[in-house]
Amino acid sequence: MGSRSRIIVVLASLLASVAQAQEKDGAHGNNIVTRGEYLARAGDCIACHTAPDGHIFAGGRAMPTPFGTLYSSNITPDPENGIGKWTADDFYKTMHTGRFPDGGLIYPAMPFGSYTKVTRADSDAIFAYLKSIPPVDQKNRPHDLRFPYDNRQLILGWRTLFFTEGEFKPDPSKSAEWNRGAYLVEGLGHCGMCHSPINALGGTSQSDAFKGGLIPMQNWYAPSLTSNREAGLGDWSTKDITDLLQTGVSARGVVYGPMAEVVHNSLQYLTDEDARAMALYLKGIAEASSGPPPNSKLPSSESSLLLSLGKTVYDARCASCHGTRGEGKPPHWPPLAGNQSIEMQSAVNPIRMVLNGGYPPATMGNPRPYGMPPFAGQLSDNEVAAVVTYIRTSWGNRGTAVSAREANELRSAPLD
Amino acid sequence: MAIAGLGLAVSVQALPAFAQPALPPDTMAARVEACTPCHGDKGQGTSDVYFPRLAGKPAGYLYNQLLAFRNGRRRYPPMNYLLEFLTDPYLQEMADYFAEQHPPLPPPATGNVSEDVLQHGQALVTRGDVARQIPACASCHGPALTGMEPGIPGLLGLRPNYISAQLGGWRYGTRTAKAPDCMQAVAARLTEADVTAVAAWLASRPAPVSLAPAPKGAYVLPFQCGSEPE
Ligand code: HEC
Ligand code: HEC
Ligand code: HEC
Ligand code: HEC
Ligand code: HEC
Repeated sequence: MGSRSRIIVVLASLLASVAQAQEKDGAHGNNIVTRGEYLARAGDCIACHTAPDGHIFAGGRAMPTPFGTLYSSNITPDPENGIGKWTADDFYKTMHTGRFPDGGLIYPAMPFGSYTKVTRADSDAIFAYLKSIPPVDQKNRPHDLRFPYDNRQLILGWRTLFFTEGEFKPDPSKSAEWNRGAYLVEGLGHCGMCHSPINALGGTSQSDAFKGGLIPMQNWYAPSLTSNREAGLGDWSTKDITDLLQTGVSARGVVYGPMAEVVHNSLQYLTDEDARAMALYLKGIAEASSGPPPNSKLPSSESSLLLSLGKTVYDARCASCHGTRGEGKPPHWPPLAGNQSIEMQSAVNPIRMVLNGGYPPATMGNPRPYGMPPFAGQLSDNEVAAVVTYIRTSWGNRGTAVSAREANELRSAPLD
Repeated sequence: MAIAGLGLAVSVQALPAFAQPALPPDTMAARVEACTPCHGDKGQGTSDVYFPRLAGKPAGYLYNQLLAFRNGRRRYPPMNYLLEFLTDPYLQEMADYFAEQHPPLPPPATGNVSEDVLQHGQALVTRGDVARQIPACASCHGPALTGMEPGIPGLLGLRPNYISAQLGGWRYGTRTAKAPDCMQAVAARLTEADVTAVAAWLASRPAPVSLAPAPKGAYVLPFQCGSEPE
């Protein structure tokens, strides 16, 4: 096939998917509860509102923050302990304004900064779904926050700085598909909650949206979705992006840590149309060019020692899966050559990957994932630093060197 | 739109020209490579005395453990982390895989405990202690100590440190099984000295002719266990 006809095919399929997306919206409207269930998944409500081994949506999940521990609420339709007495108005107000029905202020650990963009119709559907699930008679556990953060009035200051109320406004200069993607990413998907730098006040500012940051307390780095040197997807094919979001694995890389949770509970349930819309939008927000990447700067004698140890470790422990040239066996054994998530400025993720290993989430599209063993018990701090330096700087990768101290510090990072 | 389409077509063409690299082998053995540095490539265990043998244990028992780790009811953070986003059917496949492996048992462990201690251990395992209402371990774990389908594990091929740690886990409430948790009831009646003795004697046993667990219902348990439905 010549490149010309290929372009026409691609264009035709994009146009078709816009039509499908519009059709789908209509189809969803038939049953408000089913639609609400789908939207609740897109919003990943379950991740926070269900405790491990607990009843669905009965809350009580501990959320450690730098200010103390918060416990999520029971959002089942139990009249005493859940939201059984709420009206659809109350619910929309909570999602949209970040206030309880009585006007009380909600902690921003509930991502109302994103949910404020959700439309009234979608909010009503989620509410109808929540009303349809079994009520659970379980009391909310009081938060355990240190003085002065236990005073909800402090939230007012935070809101002034970081909260802008308002439903999503489509950009008329963009396609319906792009706008659908933007609505999902900025709104229900609350991707910015992790993928934006968190400042000292626990807030993310509009201008830094999707610029990446270290997730406090968890010690995982959520990469920038706008820089092509991090997780910006500007040069990814749409298929690789939808594969990553819907199945957790792709020819370009895999998800792990907190992102595995997002794919497991939320993104795997997206329709193909919604996943494509998100992919289109994510490709669009990637900055055109990010300038030349930093080159590894190590004093040469030190670096050659580190690299030769790194290569020894790599060939013995890693090459059987990731290949002698870092080519992997994608999508199951991800490539390490040219893999953005290894080259990023922050080396937290590849270090933790080596220490803790992992399985991508089991999803409908990849129900029997392959895993990587943890090496914390088998490699010294020096060996971890060496092998991570090696994969960050070999095969054309342009990351920077890693020290044994960095490796050591991450040994105590929490695993849940 | 046209621009998006163009970009897409270009990036498809820009993909590396070399042939699609091979996929990993489509086997369970390749899928559980994340487990084998700790449990051995056939689940036979490793030199680490706290890492248990998995091979040949009843699949139902292994499955119960994997569920308990995934749901956080049994705690060992490196394993809790690995299993967190795996589904029930996939955990069942992993359990089946290790249940079907039959590597030989390790040579018996000759610990530095006295003959008296070993005899005390043997008595508890094979006869129990009626006065203290301790049933014989063999009354549940089987006359040959190879367990029973679907939920009772064999007790051979485990190191004394691991056995003591697990009995300790039940005594202190950090390991629990499906209710009624019969092992909790048994472990609660054991003293520190009992634990040392049974662990040492069990680890000193030579391999039986067959390691296969007894079929379901082969014998009647002295009391009910949640993990072994009647
Ligand atoms: C990142 C974690 C997180 C996610 C995701 C999340 N919530 Fe929450 N939610 C919380 C926390 C924490 C609270 C308690 C806030 C407080 O006490 O101020 C809360 C409170 C609420 C409340 C108030 C209930 C009450 O009576 O206290 C409602 C309603 C609610 N969430 C609905 C939702 C819905 C619907 C979704 C999905 C669209 C969702 N939440 C997703 C963390 C989350
Ligand atoms: C048994 C096969 C296997 C071995 C051996 C192995 N890995 Fe992996 N690796 C994987 C799999 C599978 C994943 C995906 C894991 C996940 O998503 O949680 C992965 C993921 C990674 C990632 C994250 C890739 C991405 O797309 O972001 C890095 C970095 C990594 N491995 C480095 C290493 C290093 C360094 C070693 C040797 C010390 C190693 N691996 C050994 C199978 C393996
Ligand atoms: C709970 C925090 C959290 C949320 C919410 C979250 N992410 Fe992530 N995301 C991460 C972390 C941490 C990583 C780095 C680990 C990885 O690469 O899988 C990541 C990685 C990624 C990557 C890069 C994967 C790669 O292989 O390079 C993409 C793309 C991504 N996220 C998209 C999204 C989108 C889209 C959303 C919203 C629907 C989202 N994320 C929501 C934490 C989060
Ligand atoms: C870092 C080492 C490590 C890795 C990797 C690991 N395990 Fe384990 N596993 C252990 C330890 C230690 C225990 C005992 C935990 C305890 O004290 O309760 C255990 C216990 C178990 C048990 C219960 C055994 C019994 O007899 O009760 C099963 C089943 C199991 N692991 C399966 C797996 C599977 C499947 C994987 C891979 C997905 C895996 N493990 C990966 C160390 C590991
Ligand atoms: C009433 C029946 C019963 C008796 C008596 C009993 N056990 Fe158990 N045991 C079980 C069951 C059932 C399990 C599996 C529990 C689970 O699902 O986690 C088990 C598990 C174990 C395990 C964990 C094995 C592993 O691989 O992790 C050990 C160790 C053990 N028993 C030792 C003993 C010893 C020692 C005695 C005697 C002092 C004993 N048991 C007596 C029923 C019994």
